[in-house]
Amino acid sequence: MNRLESSSLFQLTSMRFRLFLREPEAVFWTFIFPILLAVGLGIAFRNRPADVLQVGATTAQLSQALAADKGLTATTMDEAAGTRALATGSILLLAIQRPEGIEYKFDDTNTDARTARLLADRAIQTAAGRREAVRAENQLVHETGARYIDFVVPGLLGMNLMGSAMWGLVFPLVEARQKKLLKRMVASPMPRWQYLASFLLSRLLLLVIEVAVFLGFAGLAFGVPFRGPLWELALLCVLTSVAFSALGLLVSSRARTMEAASGLLNLVMLPMWILSGIFFSASRFPAAIQPLVRALPLTAANDALRGNMLQGMSLGQLAAPVAILLAWAAAAFAVSLRIFRWR
Amino acid sequence: MTDSRNAATLTLDPGGNAPSLLLRGLRKSFGDVVAVDGLDLEVARGECFGLLGPNGAGKTTTIEICEGLTEADAGSVELLGLDWRTGAGELRQRIGVQLQETQFPDKLTVEETLRLFRSFYRRGISVDESVQRAQLEEKRGARVGTLSGGQKQRLAMACALVGDPELLFLDEPTTGLDPQARRHLWNLVDALKQAGRTIILTTHYMEEAERLCDRVAIMDHGRVITQGTTQQLIASLGAEHVVEFAVAERQAGKLDVAPLLAIPGVQSHRVDAGLHQLSVGELHTAVPSIFAALDGQGLELSEFRTHSATLEDVFVSLTGRTLRDE
Ligand SMILES: Nc1ncnc2c1ncn2[C@@H]1O[C@H](COP(=O)(O)OP(=O)(O)OP(=O)(O)O)[C@@H](O)[C@H]1O
Ligand SMILES: [Mg+2]
Repeated sequence: MNRLESSSLFQLTSMRFRLFLREPEAVFWTFIFPILLAVGLGIAFRNRPADVLQVGATTAQLSQALAADKGLTATTMDEAAGTRALATGSILLLAIQRPEGIEYKFDDTNTDARTARLLADRAIQTAAGRREAVRAENQLVHETGARYIDFVVPGLLGMNLMGSAMWGLVFPLVEARQKKLLKRMVASPMPRWQYLASFLLSRLLLLVIEVAVFLGFAGLAFGVPFRGPLWELALLCVLTSVAFSALGLLVSSRARTMEAASGLLNLVMLPMWILSGIFFSASRFPAAIQPLVRALPLTAANDALRGNMLQGMSLGQLAAPVAILLAWAAAAFAVSLRIFRWR
Repeated sequence: MTDSRNAATLTLDPGGNAPSLLLRGLRKSFGDVVAVDGLDLEVARGECFGLLGPNGAGKTTTIEICEGLTEADAGSVELLGLDWRTGAGELRQRIGVQLQETQFPDKLTVEETLRLFRSFYRRGISVDESVQRAQLEEKRGARVGTLSGGQKQRLAMACALVGDPELLFLDEPTTGLDPQARRHLWNLVDALKQAGRTIILTTHYMEEAERLCDRVAIMDHGRVITQGTTQQLIASLGAEHVVEFAVAERQAGKLDVAPLLAIPGVQSHRVDAGLHQLSVGELHTAVPSIFAALDGQGLELSEFRTHSATLEDVFVSLTGRTLRDE
């Protein structure tokens, strides 16, 4: 046996690594699932050409004037039919010819309807002979980095880092406790810190594969931008994984059964799935709960990952989320090492 | 790394004449349940010591206190002249442990599991040798999840041996094994005894204790109710044989015990579920008299047999209960 092989830390870490790879479900959830999710979201939210808006008009003359705008398709209908069509959403706006002029009927809380109102009015006024006071040209841009897929990829990365660290620690630890394996381990001369460290080490090894596969895919398939330094992005991933590993250790420090552990795990992760800005920006939540939302480790992780990838921010500029992650990691480690139940 | 060939010439540390295990006034409760209730034990080096007792007697609790896994409420524990407060690191290296129930990870192989445990010890036997000692050669590359119950038990034993311990704790090592696997494990224990190791084991099987242990302690309700060599304990009954008989059902309850106890050589009587038991010194003189006495009461027998007294009978005579009826 050579020196490495006789090192208990090496043996423990390679045991963790082997056990992970021999668990097909774990491999799926860690490596394949985030890619499937990114593909699904990429398809659902791909940028389509600007929609053509459906509108109605009460006279053929009006319809013709409206149809002159490329952004509108117009149908002629009487007022009663038009009102019904509005109610069912098959048209966004109805232009009614009144003796004194034109009346637009539409729902002003619907953004598309408001757009239809602007386009329709411009088309009708132009047809009636209005001339622009100022000449205007359009220059169209479809920039990467501002698309939904660009927003969601760092969020998915954060979510995945959280999930794999938490599940990856909680389940094996609680299972080992339930099966009396933990007790057997501490009955041997194994240093306890090495047992816990082996979870962290194998997690970090897996992280390299996990992050590289996911971001590689996102970069190649969707052209998601990487504007910040890559090594800083790697550091942020490690920090995120360490913080959630600490949280996973905390969750698993007392639980004796799998049921108790999964309950606790959902309790911890569910608020973050909702509040931490994975699929939509966390700033949409009311100001009153913003301090809470900001303090969550996943919010900090997502902010930091987005800051690096989309805005090219440096670690210095990301000091706030980094500090939040560090604080979570330190606090969770300190508490769980104190209360960890070894039997 | 030290090889097993040195096992027989194991160098004991200075002060190595201290007993392998010394327990004084040990107490442990779980809530209202008093699991261990003032226990004193002393096990000499090289001895094979058995802890016997019914379910819930406190055997596992006692042994886990010795292993440093459970903290006693009161009392002192000394192993190999060391105690857990000051010598934990050293002790862990020098003892071997098999717990009553451990499930090793299903998806590791036998060899990987042993290699892992081997890496925790500074000295010990090679993985190959531990595989061979536990007769798991055929299962070496098999995942733990595919092993039979007995094979898993042998793996647990191999993990306990891999550090070549001076002092070995085995909690019910043969529970659930088939007779052949049990005999094999007995041979393994014999070999360890030969090599001068101290072994402390718990068991429900009297024949196992009689076969393996130099001395046994019988526990009940957290106390040692008696201890000594098997022969001493059986001799303490004052009668080496047990006569068991049952009276035909319709006559049940008609038996008068006094004439039986008057027979020379009959020491005691007890009845359990209709089966009468007499402790008897000299079978050849007592048995004819017993027949005569039963005949004299006009009783018909449905059963009659004798056996040599065992540890089971010692337990029965001390507690009035059988070992396995709880
Ligand atoms: N962790 C625990 N929590 C509460 N009660 C316990 C605990 N461990 C043991 N006990 C109780 O202590 C008593 C002694 O248990 P112990 O496991 O030592 O018995 P045992 O002699 O090993 O029995 P068995 O032969 O069934 O293994 C039992 O009444 C048991 O219920
Ligand atoms: Mg027990």
